[in-house]
Amino acid sequence: MSWVTKTLSSTLGRKLIMALTGLFLILFLTGHVSGNMLLFKGDGGEAFNKYAQFMTTNPAVKILSYLTYISVIAHVIYSILLTRKNKSARPVGYAESKASTNSAWSSRNMGVLGTIILIFLVVHMQGFWAKMHWGDMPMVTYEGETYKDLYQIVQFAFQNEILVAGYVIAMGFLSFHLSHGFASAFQTLGLNHVKYSPAIELIGRIYCIVVPVLFASMPLYIYFTS
Amino acid sequence: MILDSKIPAGPLAEKWTKHKFNMKLVNPANKRKYEVIVVGTGLAGASAAASLAELGYNVKAFCFQDSPRRAHSIAAQGGINAAKNYQNDGDSIFRLFYDTIKGGDYRAREGNVYRLAEVSVNIIDQCVAQGVPFAREYGGLLANRSFGGAQVSRTFYARGQTGQQLLLGAYSALSRQVANGKVKLYPRTEMMDVVVIDGHARGIVTRNLITGAIETHAAHAVLLCTGGYGNVFFLSTNAMGSNVTAAWRAHKRGAYFANPCYTQIHPTCIPVSGDHQSKLTLMSESLRNDGRVWVPATVEMAEKLRKGQIKANDIPENERDYYLERKYPSFGNLVPRDVASRNAKYVCDEGRGVNETGEAVFLDFRDAIKRDGEDVIRAKYGNLFDMYQQITGENPYQVPMKIYPAVHYTMGGLWVDYNLMTTIPGLYALGEANFSDHGANRLGASALMQGLADGYFVIPYTVGDYLAQIGTKPVDANHPEFEKTAQEVKDRIQKLLSINGTKSVDYFHKKLGKIMWNECGMARTAEGLKKAKQEIRELRAEFWKDVKVLGENEELNQTLEKAHRVADFLELGELMIDDAYNRNESCGGHFREEYQTADGEALRDDENFAYVAAWKYMGDGQDEELNKEPLEFENVKLTQRSYK
Amino acid sequence: MKLTLKVWRQKNKADQGGFVTYPIDGISKDMSFLEMMDVLNEELTEKGDDPIHFDHDCREGICGMCSLYINGKPHGPQQTTTCQLHMRSFTDGDTITIEPWRAKAFPVVKDLVVDRSAFDRIIQAGGYVSVNTGGVPDANEIPIPKKIADEAFDAATCIGCGACVAACKNASAMLFTSAKISQLALLPQGQVERKERAEKMIAQMDAEGFGACTNTGACAAECPKGISLSNIARMNREYFSAVVSSENM
Repeated sequence: MSWVTKTLSSTLGRKLIMALTGLFLILFLTGHVSGNMLLFKGDGGEAFNKYAQFMTTNPAVKILSYLTYISVIAHVIYSILLTRKNKSARPVGYAESKASTNSAWSSRNMGVLGTIILIFLVVHMQGFWAKMHWGDMPMVTYEGETYKDLYQIVQFAFQNEILVAGYVIAMGFLSFHLSHGFASAFQTLGLNHVKYSPAIELIGRIYCIVVPVLFASMPLYIYFTS
Repeated sequence: MILDSKIPAGPLAEKWTKHKFNMKLVNPANKRKYEVIVVGTGLAGASAAASLAELGYNVKAFCFQDSPRRAHSIAAQGGINAAKNYQNDGDSIFRLFYDTIKGGDYRAREGNVYRLAEVSVNIIDQCVAQGVPFAREYGGLLANRSFGGAQVSRTFYARGQTGQQLLLGAYSALSRQVANGKVKLYPRTEMMDVVVIDGHARGIVTRNLITGAIETHAAHAVLLCTGGYGNVFFLSTNAMGSNVTAAWRAHKRGAYFANPCYTQIHPTCIPVSGDHQSKLTLMSESLRNDGRVWVPATVEMAEKLRKGQIKANDIPENERDYYLERKYPSFGNLVPRDVASRNAKYVCDEGRGVNETGEAVFLDFRDAIKRDGEDVIRAKYGNLFDMYQQITGENPYQVPMKIYPAVHYTMGGLWVDYNLMTTIPGLYALGEANFSDHGANRLGASALMQGLADGYFVIPYTVGDYLAQIGTKPVDANHPEFEKTAQEVKDRIQKLLSINGTKSVDYFHKKLGKIMWNECGMARTAEGLKKAKQEIRELRAEFWKDVKVLGENEELNQTLEKAHRVADFLELGELMIDDAYNRNESCGGHFREEYQTADGEALRDDENFAYVAAWKYMGDGQDEELNKEPLEFENVKLTQRSYK
Repeated sequence: MKLTLKVWRQKNKADQGGFVTYPIDGISKDMSFLEMMDVLNEELTEKGDDPIHFDHDCREGICGMCSLYINGKPHGPQQTTTCQLHMRSFTDGDTITIEPWRAKAFPVVKDLVVDRSAFDRIIQAGGYVSVNTGGVPDANEIPIPKKIADEAFDAATCIGCGACVAACKNASAMLFTSAKISQLALLPQGQVERKERAEKMIAQMDAEGFGACTNTGACAAECPKGISLSNIARMNREYFSAVVSSENM
């Protein structure tokens, strides 16, 4: 085994991958939520559709998006590997456990939260991302150029209250996942210091609320304004 | 038998250096041909095992705990002495030597004690190199504090956990040798007997505490680093598992037992709270640096206090008796342990004790907190205060602590010569298990020093001298003596398991403890000792008729383990009584009420008792034979100890 | 006090084991938890039942031998060792569930006794400074800033009891391992073997079958000696920088 594979198969190496991919996905979420804010612009979707076109065609973005796919896949695979190791580390459980007195619920349920988010992700990507790439899309023309009208798809999808509710709930899970994941990633990277750890924790706490709330407000906004 | 202490001739300061040169050496290539057994993995055992393995010997290390790191050295709190004179306050090797001899009430060997003081400086260097995080000053250099019985600051410490840090240092050195394959570790394995062949120790018999397997191990030398026997009192500050079995088995095989009656009663322990008490907890003596010891000036006040009619803090200054400061103005609260303990007993005997049982005195930090602030006190003693509060439910920052003396350390132990060899050639005793360096009373912060001195810096030289003389021929592990000794161990186990009486092992242990504490504790009388001897004999007979040991040998059986240990304590107790009865004087931890000065201090009889009492086992139920090793003092003048 | 104890009994490693309930009466609030167990064991012995086996030795909170998972928490409701837990933490009529530490790397030996030798092997993998006895510099030739010495001491106070493993939902030993790595990484004496140590100790920790850390913080919250999570972060730094810069392939 080379030192690379040895490192990546150690618990700490695997955790490193979880942290790095997690932080990259946090960056992705930041970009994603910022771009999608264009949904609130009230321009009939022009800016949003142009943005969507840009995101699916620009080569630099392409590279980033592949990195995102890899991150998601690696995050999932390594979480499975780690969870299997963790489960096997305690073959016989406790009859009684008061874990709630020593740790946060979200921190103990990252796997469950992650699984729900993954399911959400599949539904979400099937609904928009897959359609945008390979689906039968309505077209729209701005200043003589035709664009795929993703805005219309979004508008249509969020008429469905079940889907809206699903999205809002999923964002709740995302919030919990981030509430532990954000600061945890820094701890795993070894970034724990009295000088800056409080700041990381504060930013994490704000982030895990602001981003999911913004995401959740999109379907709600569309549902209630159209 | 003439006991030859093998103290080298010549001036005190040159003895050890000369001796090191005169001892035979084992050629580096030959070291790997020797097997050495080390029993016990405390400071003495772990340091010896690691150091010998580093030299190239093949070492087997045994401990009854689940890991060598659990040995009871870990519980030592206060610190370790060394004559570094880092504080420029007049310390020197000679002063540490002098203090130790004087503190031991002139009942220790000059040569041994001087060597101890000499190597003390190396110990600190060694521990620091291992990464032991001693307390430091802001400039980055090591901090020191003064400790009971000393007028210089020579004690190195790691908050209130010095023993832990030193042991973990030795344990790490040991672990390194385990990784190197030079030490084979046997945790959860108890030594049951020594195998003596042609007069030499050639191995041990052990019991695997998990499987019950009785095994034999052969070696060229056996080192007993098995600690003290304070648990003969049932209640002591020793760990629950601390026992005399290894030393006692060696004694019964021919190793003399020296000064068994020298017991140190530590003055600052948490008082007994009831019959359920299983052990006593020590509060580091360092607390006496800042805490002031007192009781109410009158019995009436003390009675009110005991009834809960007044609180300690309500008692005005003029009604408090800071009895140590009053009686010993120059040493005050820092008098040696035996003096502090005995005075606590006196004031409680007068009826001025302060808790429900009437057996406690105050250790008050009010003035220290007023002077230095709570933060400073917390930084110095935080963990001790927390521990006190955990156990008693009282906050010592607000109300004075209550303390009472408890058995803490045993200065007696297997008789050893200057090379730490017992009267059985090839069998060594190190640390608290031997009798050598503390005389009749041990100074604070000297136990850690002695354990590590023996293990790191004495035995690596002296064991080589012996091994070089016996040659490299392997020990015959099939010698019939191994099987014979193992069979005796098995028979004894069978006997214990088959009695199937009605009383638990603890019943006997508690009863023995009471006899010992009452008659052979802080104060002893000829009459009481005589009575106690008879009582112990009866108790021992009853034990072998009526003890109840459940379960079987072939499994983890904590009752059986304990029964073994208590059976040996029942024999040791009688020897302690004999020794205390024989010693018609008071010295250090041995206080015979018949022999005291007008103001109640220990009154030595140097004319008749300046000797080491080394007892030879003569057979079951027989009185042991007393052998005397005279103590000669060429460098110190014997004086009446005075701490006034 | 009158209590009901639900205790895990298991004859040996191979036995399946199960809970047995014992009523107990006459318990004083001043007893330590282990003294309460002593009382129960005396009663069992009297009746001819095998006493409950549990590990304990110093009974003053420093040897790390006592364990017990009490009412869903390692060392019980207080952040201390079981031997320092006193019955005043419980109330009359309570039912107390007592289990052994649960981890693949800590197999049960009997009843509440587990085998923690995995910890020893982690230390053997590199938890030391390789100096032989003798031939070391004078102690004051290595000045160490007080702050650093104190921080190293804080990490070094680990008693190796295993409560961190017991508390962790993944039975991870990272707090234990990181405490030793931290102590020696902070001190100048530990610098020479710093990289090697981190790599070897972590490899051994993994080999023993402990789980991975998910930063829940349960270990530090339950640690009777208050070992901080910052040690785990330091261990991670030590490890990552070691693997990219050490000579070991």
